[in-house]
Amino acid sequence: MALLEVSGLRAGYAEVDILHGVNLAVNQDEIVCVVGPNGAGKSTLMKSIFGLVRVRDGRIVFQGEDITGLGPSQIVRRGMCYVPQNNNVFPSLTVEENLEMGAFIRQGDFRRKMEEMFELFPILKERRRQKAGTMSGGQQQMVAMARALMLDPKLILLDEPTAGLSPKFAELVLEKVTEINRMGVSVLMIEQNARAGLAISHRGYVLTMGRNRLDDTGQALLANEEVGRLFLGG
Amino acid sequence: MAQLILYGLIYGGIISLGAIGLTLLVRILKFSHFAHGDMMALGAYLTLLFRVTMGLPMWLSVALAVILTAVAAVLIDRIFYKPLRRTSPAILLIASVGVALVLRHLIQFFWGAAPQVYQRGVERPYIVWGLRIRPTQVWILVMAVVLVIAVWLFLQKTKTGKALRAMADNMDLAAVSGIDTERMVVWTWVLGAALAAAAGIMLGMDTQLRPAMGWLMLLPIFAAAILGGLGNPYGAIAGGMIIALSQELSTMFINTAYKPAVAFVLMVLLLLVRPQGLFGGKA
Amino acid sequence: MEWGGIIGYGLFLLIYGGIYAISALGLNVQWGYTGLFNIGVGGFFLVGAYTSAIMTKGPDFSHLGGFGQPFLVGVLAGGLLAAVLALLIGIPTLRLRGDYLAIATIGIAETLRLIVTNEQQLTAGVWGIGAIPKPLWSTFGDSYNAFYAVVVLLAMVLVYFAIERGIRSPWGRVLKAVREDEAVAQAVGKDVFRFKLQALVLGAFFMGVAGALFAHFVGYISPEAFEPMNATFLVWVMLIVGGSGNSKGAMLGAFIVWVIWSGTEFVAAALPPTFGPRAHALRIVLIGLLLMAMLLWRPQGVLGEERQVSKLVRNEPAGRSAQGG
Ligand SMILES: Nc1ncnc2c1ncn2[C@@H]1O[C@H](COP(=O)(O)OP(=O)(O)O)[C@@H](O)[C@H]1O
Ligand SMILES: [Mg+2]
Repeated sequence: MALLEVSGLRAGYAEVDILHGVNLAVNQDEIVCVVGPNGAGKSTLMKSIFGLVRVRDGRIVFQGEDITGLGPSQIVRRGMCYVPQNNNVFPSLTVEENLEMGAFIRQGDFRRKMEEMFELFPILKERRRQKAGTMSGGQQQMVAMARALMLDPKLILLDEPTAGLSPKFAELVLEKVTEINRMGVSVLMIEQNARAGLAISHRGYVLTMGRNRLDDTGQALLANEEVGRLFLGG
Repeated sequence: MAQLILYGLIYGGIISLGAIGLTLLVRILKFSHFAHGDMMALGAYLTLLFRVTMGLPMWLSVALAVILTAVAAVLIDRIFYKPLRRTSPAILLIASVGVALVLRHLIQFFWGAAPQVYQRGVERPYIVWGLRIRPTQVWILVMAVVLVIAVWLFLQKTKTGKALRAMADNMDLAAVSGIDTERMVVWTWVLGAALAAAAGIMLGMDTQLRPAMGWLMLLPIFAAAILGGLGNPYGAIAGGMIIALSQELSTMFINTAYKPAVAFVLMVLLLLVRPQGLFGGKA
Repeated sequence: MEWGGIIGYGLFLLIYGGIYAISALGLNVQWGYTGLFNIGVGGFFLVGAYTSAIMTKGPDFSHLGGFGQPFLVGVLAGGLLAAVLALLIGIPTLRLRGDYLAIATIGIAETLRLIVTNEQQLTAGVWGIGAIPKPLWSTFGDSYNAFYAVVVLLAMVLVYFAIERGIRSPWGRVLKAVREDEAVAQAVGKDVFRFKLQALVLGAFFMGVAGALFAHFVGYISPEAFEPMNATFLVWVMLIVGGSGNSKGAMLGAFIVWVIWSGTEFVAAALPPTFGPRAHALRIVLIGLLLMAMLLWRPQGVLGEERQVSKLVRNEPAGRSAQGG
């Protein structure tokens, strides 16, 4: 059974539906990548899964439990974490404090987990007392991912983790995603750079205008002509 | 002049405590709390109730008054503000003006409009390096410093304090991280109202209690908070000191009666040249 | 109560209700239509009252004066000076977040109160200015209040029609767009700051006029008359009760709240004298609770916002995003 199973999801803002019945699944230990043109509803999909946008129809099942309609604070407690695309750190808090906030609902000591994060992101250890707001975009993205990982989630949702980063940093971040996945965390990720995103993913979904367009393994989608025409510029 | 600076520091401590709470409320609840001055007055008058009417010791009266003011703030939030939080900050602002009105006149209803004091009689001031300072004022200074340090420690060292700063930084991310934002809202009120009550009590100790004392403090504490950038509790302290010192020192040049206007003029001037406040923060 | 008393009260209701209604209409332009926080209504009211009093009086050694201008000139001058004041306060604050304007208007109202209290040679300080001319006093004699009620109501109706014309013009639609969504108004190329400034100044003008009408009716003004409760909060409660964004609501609210306010005064007056000052406090608590109750249970006020105009605005953003999605 899939770790996360989304079926027939309809959601939107105000009077307008953005998603018109989207289906998606993430299996244990998978990296799943969602690609699609700007405004396709990828972020909306992620926010609906995490309870930030009201679901109007359809079901979201996580670890066998129906979590449709639950709020973020309840979903976090069930082992899913979310890294928004923008504003994903607490700028006036130090790196350490950011991680501590990620562990806010964790019982017991968070120090060991923090050390683990420092092993995963050594740069953060160096800068543990620096205010997150004063760091570069790539470093902030790492703070954001580390913050989300502080709770030992089963599944992490990443909304465009490489947006606005230099190619070097983007590559580094995607490497970290693979590493996180090897630690036993499943990943659902949105990626603007479809080629790079699909390359590290087990499976991928193409979303257009709030509907499923295609889904297949990462490799197959990379090879797919239509995907190539749509996103890969060739 | 040194004497004026000393008075400025005492008054500055009082303003700062009010401004810190106000800043937290503005940041966390996105809400300009216009009843903040009247919460100061509430704390001052509750102390009067315990100290003078019931004859309890001063320390106990202060403690009870601070706690009760915090409880009152949380209740007011639950009854009046929380249902309106979904509407708009504008409606909340108007609601807080209504709450200010009700609080001030409830105080006037129970305690009357005449000025009152905690302690009758004239204190003999100490003379230190040629400066006159009354024992009460020493107490006020010590209390203000202790409270500011305590708040600093709380915000800097405790998990709840850090979570409050996190909420002030980025409310959505706090919720996404699993921080119980409703509980933090309660904490914000408790902290803000407790500090306001303490400030009100100090003001009452330094001068006298009047039902309008809170309303008159509203301008200086807002000016201090805005000067401090309306985001940073530490900026609020600096803002409070600047406002208080300018008010005191202004008496060398202009009619003392205009002291309250000094805060206002400073604030408008600052808004003209540097709307984000003296100490960063978001505009 | 005998007939004379009832008629007398009715005239007072028309006069005071009308004066407050003009203030509330001004506030409605600022808050109801444009979303501007003016918590210093009393300041503009005060400027109108003092200006007109000083302009119209003959020489008086106790304060500035001796201009001896006619009533209408005084009233207009009162409105104009209030408008200038609004211009001065609007320029530094209207580009900033809304609550800065709120605190700045409180500041200006309090500062003005300090000025009129302390600048003896200008305003006679706490003694106040007396013997303010009442227009055509000698002509009407005993039925003066009836005459003045007509003057006030005439002014109110004039202000009402002026606002209605403005608000139904393209100018008024921009104001509402500014209130609904500043970013959108800006995006379609409107100079939001200028429209806000115009609304603030226009509203302040009406408040100044109301203050002037007040001064000429009571004939004596002192700083006490401009405490925030009477001069500012009551006006806010009136607008919220009547329905902000609706000129008729503003006027209706003014009369309703004035009846409640003066009615509680009768009750308070009937109580034993030792209870007097406390009863006064309780009256204000009552008004405050009325405000809270309205906000909680009927935020749109008795009348609510007028539909035909607001629909236009509401539909704009929806239409836009329908195209976008
Ligand atoms: N908070 C919001 N309110 C209203 N509409 C929104 C909001 N966020 C996004 N939208 C609209 O929803 C659509 C999909 O947005 P989004 O999910 O962010 O797309 P993507 O992430 O695929 O680029 C867009 O048309 C966008 O304008
Ligand atoms: Mg997106």
